[in-house]
Amino acid sequence: MGQALPEVRTARPPAVALEEITKTFGSVSALREVSLTVGEGEFVCFLGPSGCGKTTLLRIVAGLERQDAGVVRMAGRDVSRLPPSRRNYGIVFQSYALFPNLTVARNIAYGLAARRRSRAAIDARVDELLALVDLPRHKQRYPAQLSGGEQQRVALARALAPSPALLLLDEPLSALDARVRLALRQEMKALQRRLGITTIMVTHDQEEALTMADRIVVMNHGRVEQIGAPARIYSEPSSLFVARFVGSMNLLSGVAEARPGWARVGAQTLRHRPTPATKPDDAVTLGIRPEEVRVGAGARESDNRLTARVTSVQFQGAFTRLGLQPTGDGGPALECDLAATALADLDVREGAELAVALPPEALRVFVTPRNGA
Amino acid sequence: MSVATVPATGPPVHAARREGVRLDGERALRWALLGLFALWLYVVLVWPMAQVLWRSLLDNDGRFIGLANYVRYFRTPAIAASITNSLTVSLIAMALTVGLAFVYAYALTRTRMPGRGAFRLIATLPLFAPSLVSAIAFVYAFGNNGIVTRQTGVNLGLYGPRGIVLAEVFYCFPHALLILVAALTAADARLYDAAAALGASRLRTFRTVTLPGVKYGLMSACFVVFTLVITDFGVPKVVGGKYSVMATEIYNQVIGQQNFTMGATVSVVLLVPALLACIVDRIVQRRQYALVSAAARPLAPGRAVGTQIVLFGYCALVALAILGIYAVIVASSLVQRWPYNLGFTLRHYTFDSIGGYTALVNSLEVATLTAIVGTVVTFAGAYLVEKTRTPLSGVLAMLSLLPVSVPGMVLGLAYIFAFNAPGSVLNRIYGTLAILVLANLVHYFTVPFLTATTTLKQMDPEFESVSASLGVPFYRTAWRVTIPIALPSIVGISMYFFLNAMVTLSAVVFLVAPGTELAAVAVLLLDDAGESAQATAMSVLIIGLGLLVRVVYWALLRGVTRRTQAWTRATTPPSGGS
Repeated sequence: MGQALPEVRTARPPAVALEEITKTFGSVSALREVSLTVGEGEFVCFLGPSGCGKTTLLRIVAGLERQDAGVVRMAGRDVSRLPPSRRNYGIVFQSYALFPNLTVARNIAYGLAARRRSRAAIDARVDELLALVDLPRHKQRYPAQLSGGEQQRVALARALAPSPALLLLDEPLSALDARVRLALRQEMKALQRRLGITTIMVTHDQEEALTMADRIVVMNHGRVEQIGAPARIYSEPSSLFVARFVGSMNLLSGVAEARPGWARVGAQTLRHRPTPATKPDDAVTLGIRPEEVRVGAGARESDNRLTARVTSVQFQGAFTRLGLQPTGDGGPALECDLAATALADLDVREGAELAVALPPEALRVFVTPRNGA
Repeated sequence: MSVATVPATGPPVHAARREGVRLDGERALRWALLGLFALWLYVVLVWPMAQVLWRSLLDNDGRFIGLANYVRYFRTPAIAASITNSLTVSLIAMALTVGLAFVYAYALTRTRMPGRGAFRLIATLPLFAPSLVSAIAFVYAFGNNGIVTRQTGVNLGLYGPRGIVLAEVFYCFPHALLILVAALTAADARLYDAAAALGASRLRTFRTVTLPGVKYGLMSACFVVFTLVITDFGVPKVVGGKYSVMATEIYNQVIGQQNFTMGATVSVVLLVPALLACIVDRIVQRRQYALVSAAARPLAPGRAVGTQIVLFGYCALVALAILGIYAVIVASSLVQRWPYNLGFTLRHYTFDSIGGYTALVNSLEVATLTAIVGTVVTFAGAYLVEKTRTPLSGVLAMLSLLPVSVPGMVLGLAYIFAFNAPGSVLNRIYGTLAILVLANLVHYFTVPFLTATTTLKQMDPEFESVSASLGVPFYRTAWRVTIPIALPSIVGISMYFFLNAMVTLSAVVFLVAPGTELAAVAVLLLDDAGESAQATAMSVLIIGLGLLVRVVYWALLRGVTRRTQAWTRATTPPSGGS
């Protein structure tokens, strides 16, 4: 952090600031100089595949793991060397980690009893939290008597009980079944809004990150790939990795043309989003999301038109995914998502030929890293 | 990569100050306790064992003579024979015990024959007696003046390898049985269904499904029995006659000839096979876990009537043999003079030749103390090793596995060297009950340590993380959560310590002193002195007390389970409100 300049003078420091955090386990490098900030009241998701370092980063924030280098600040205060108990956060784990031999009430009161509050005050606080997570009747039950979703809500109440400044969520929904997960996702987000508590959540589920987070930190191999609002991460992935990991994306390898803004894919020359990053003859990868591929009447007014044969039709409920093989040397196979209404207007069967367009404003460009030299 | 915006001026109170401590109080306490545990293991295990190794390189005047003792050992035919003798009886007893126990275990787990519970209970009876008790019983039955010998006129020639093997099989049977029952219970019914669907015959199914499934259990049973026999001292002492094995050789060198260095030399040699068996067993057991997947469906025992009748007959025979041996022990303690005068008497129970009940009271005291202290030390040690991640933890976990492979005689000798050294601060406990407690504790340390470790590993590792985040110190969480959850296993550990401390002989035989005699040692001394009836009387009391304690523990465990494990019974939420 030697060259970091005091650029912005904010009135209040960020709730959490990580500065060049580095961590290795043996010879494995888990985190490499990760820096980021989390604003007060913000909901930030660490998103990435398993082994990308997101959980390690969360545990470093929590003080459960010690970084090899770098600084952890909370509200401007350097907490890098403080034990977990002096960092003022609540944490919820994927496994719930509820104490099985204690009732729900005693689980929630666990951190309160250590703070030397009166019994009446503790009891009132427990009731308040049970109401908050909507489990007022389960006070005297044991964790084993609750469903997975209920257990996770108790774990949340326990973490929130001492009114921490920061809430850490370590894959909190991953152990639940799909329906409960969806419901709890909304509930937790609403609760976080209501309390205005700064929250960091670790997840490998991109949908979870997109729906819940104010900002997403996409991580890979111990590095931050991109930080941004969900919509921006989705529409403007900054790297091939992010493009592949978040949502689905058709990827077409090609070569940059001499004319700026154009690339050659197979026999086709395609116009793409303007970019200063490519030079002629650079190997590039063009990316377009399935729902951005236009077919039928909508394809006629657009640039980058081609003809494709329908190779598969997969009904997926709200939309239908078409597998398309451009005819001639039109390039690699594509996937295209069509809303149910749009599908009705087209006569789509396997084997049929369709007019297809790849709108230039949707074609993102990634410079393919060269191997070797 | 987004570069953080570092505020130039934070809140005035905390600005730029590197707050905090590298070592907070809790962490310091944890490390201090772990260090204490390490020091303890060093003093009671590493250092004494090092003494044995070192002494085997000295002569009796304390001069370093290199490997001369070993050369002498291997060149003296009378002593060297003990190695081959030990290996011979151990291997034969191992094959017999595991073979007999396998069929018995198969009958208990894979059939629905009647009386399985009773058969199982009877088979575990030998666990409650010191090993030499079975040898004494065999002498009473098949010895030169044994009742069977006199009735049938057939003399088995018991004194020597035959007697050792017979008595060891009896003594080791329950140990092998428990392992094999566990292995045979963990079967995957889906494999049997697949074999049946593919048209495999019953013999082929047995060969291709059953045997591979219990392969590791069988190997484990073999290693356990082999180690038990080769390290056992009581049986060959009573029934071995002139047939010398390594364990008795150590005893003869140390007690008979006061030749401590040769005792140490034989000890080191005895350590080799025991250590090897233990290491291989650890490797084998690690594989066993991978064998049964979580998706396995338990196997329902078969109903083939013919097989059941045959196996029932077999189990009945084995059970009768065990009961018969016990009957001989009880009977011989209650008659005037076996087998000449079978009139009833209680006079053997006065123990007039060893001064009454001191030994038994000492034994109870030592067993109780071993149970209490041992449980605390093993559980606390396992907790610290499991929950504190430092390079030291790994070393301590390895060290904790060592005691199970140290023969009791060797540990006893090590304690003589370590605690009877002039000028040592530890000298004070030599000749007290405390050193007996310590020897038992270390001798039986490994199994409870592993039990505690397994129990701790089954708990969510994030309990401590959650507590730390809530500002609750680790010892509070250990007290309120970890220990209550582990209580059934803790009670089990204390029972293991108690029962073993009651029956062990080899670890304490060198360490008892006038005033600190133990019941099992008394059995040996009484038998040695020709007071066999009093020896069996003492055995009956040891067995009786063991069974009584077992029953008390069983009741205790039920109470403990009811009081602390209420949450495990909580399964389906009751309908309606609170």
